[in-house]
Amino acid sequence: MKSKEDILSILENVCDPEVPVLTIQDLGIVRDVHVISDKEVEVVITPTYSGCPAMNTISMNIKFELLAHGFEQVLVTEILSPAWTTDWMRESGKQKLKEYGIAPPQYDTMNNPRESDFVVPCPLCSSTNTKLVSQFGSTACKALYKCNDCLEPFDYFKCH
Amino acid sequence: MNTSLLQYILHLADNSFIYGHRLSEWCGHGPELEVDMALSNIALDNIGAARSLYQYAAQLEGNGKTEDSYPYLRDGRAFRNVLLVELPKGNFAETIARSFFFDAYQSLLYKALMDSSDKQLAAIAEKSLKEVTYHLRFSSEWVIRLGDGTEESKQKMQDAISKYWDYTGELFSASETEIDMIKNGMAPDIESLKPSWEKIVSDTLEEATLSYPLRADGAWFQRGGKKGVHTEHLGFILTEVQYLQKSYPGCEW
Ligand SMILES: [Zn+2]
Repeated sequence: MKSKEDILSILENVCDPEVPVLTIQDLGIVRDVHVISDKEVEVVITPTYSGCPAMNTISMNIKFELLAHGFEQVLVTEILSPAWTTDWMRESGKQKLKEYGIAPPQYDTMNNPRESDFVVPCPLCSSTNTKLVSQFGSTACKALYKCNDCLEPFDYFKCH
Repeated sequence: MNTSLLQYILHLADNSFIYGHRLSEWCGHGPELEVDMALSNIALDNIGAARSLYQYAAQLEGNGKTEDSYPYLRDGRAFRNVLLVELPKGNFAETIARSFFFDAYQSLLYKALMDSSDKQLAAIAEKSLKEVTYHLRFSSEWVIRLGDGTEESKQKMQDAISKYWDYTGELFSASETEIDMIKNGMAPDIESLKPSWEKIVSDTLEEATLSYPLRADGAWFQRGGKKGVHTEHLGFILTEVQYLQKSYPGCEW
């Protein structure tokens, strides 16, 4: 029978459909795995944002991936508490985000500085001379920034 | 089954669902791209919260109910949302005024609801509170920007505040369902949240150089939604939302 670790490593193949450089493990949304038998497994995930349309696709992709690995019954359940936070993202995931052109979350939500003291470096030229354009970006998890030095607009993955 | 719990969940779900639907009407029509994205995001968060609540209601009620049964298959009289959220979106200042009043209410409600003795309600509140914090920041910043803006924007913002004011009393007047839920420790005492809400409103209006709508104590407020007595506007929303299920019952795609 496959172990929990085997399942977790299979889940390394499941990416976020909106930010395909990140796996669901990089995001930290897989909360638990229960291997019930050779054919049956349950994956417990937590949604990032309540209305995130990517969650349905993610559940479906988890099912496809595990079905492709020989399981016949794959149950994906959601838990809401504790609420997902960007603190659960992997450091390597944050690095991948930056290389992809999205500024990664800059702070622990536990020691978030005052908003006026926020510094979000430009993912393209690393300048810290950047400006918030909108709290709401192309998806719920992102805010829109602009770099005052290289003049490029960019997405910032909000601390949440 | 606990009837009050089910009715209470539907009240919260209907609030978020109808409010989310009204906000979604701005998608593609916002006064600028950033505002369009913001309102669409806030709409999504609310509809997402409504889904979590409808799913919970369906799980409690059983009987073949699903999350879709409630928004698509009930008549207007069964909806328990407050009147404030069903009013037409109006002009941009009016949308902002309604959002500001409602976001401030939701932020206080969810914070208090995290202490609910019902674990699932507490979990939904915990999740939603993080999102509502962004919503309130957005709406209060716009109240300030429009209020402390040009003569015209100030007038429009002030008019919008006055227009929706009469609908804010219902938020804090507990229905029988809420009284029941407060007694059994599953919901916060909604009336006790009113002073904190008034403080958020008066601080923001002051910063926006707008005047606080004065009313005598015990002044009359519009109400009815919590009991299923709605304005005609809800009917128009449901006609649109429920069209497919009414024309093609059970349709899926
Ligand atoms: Zn730059």
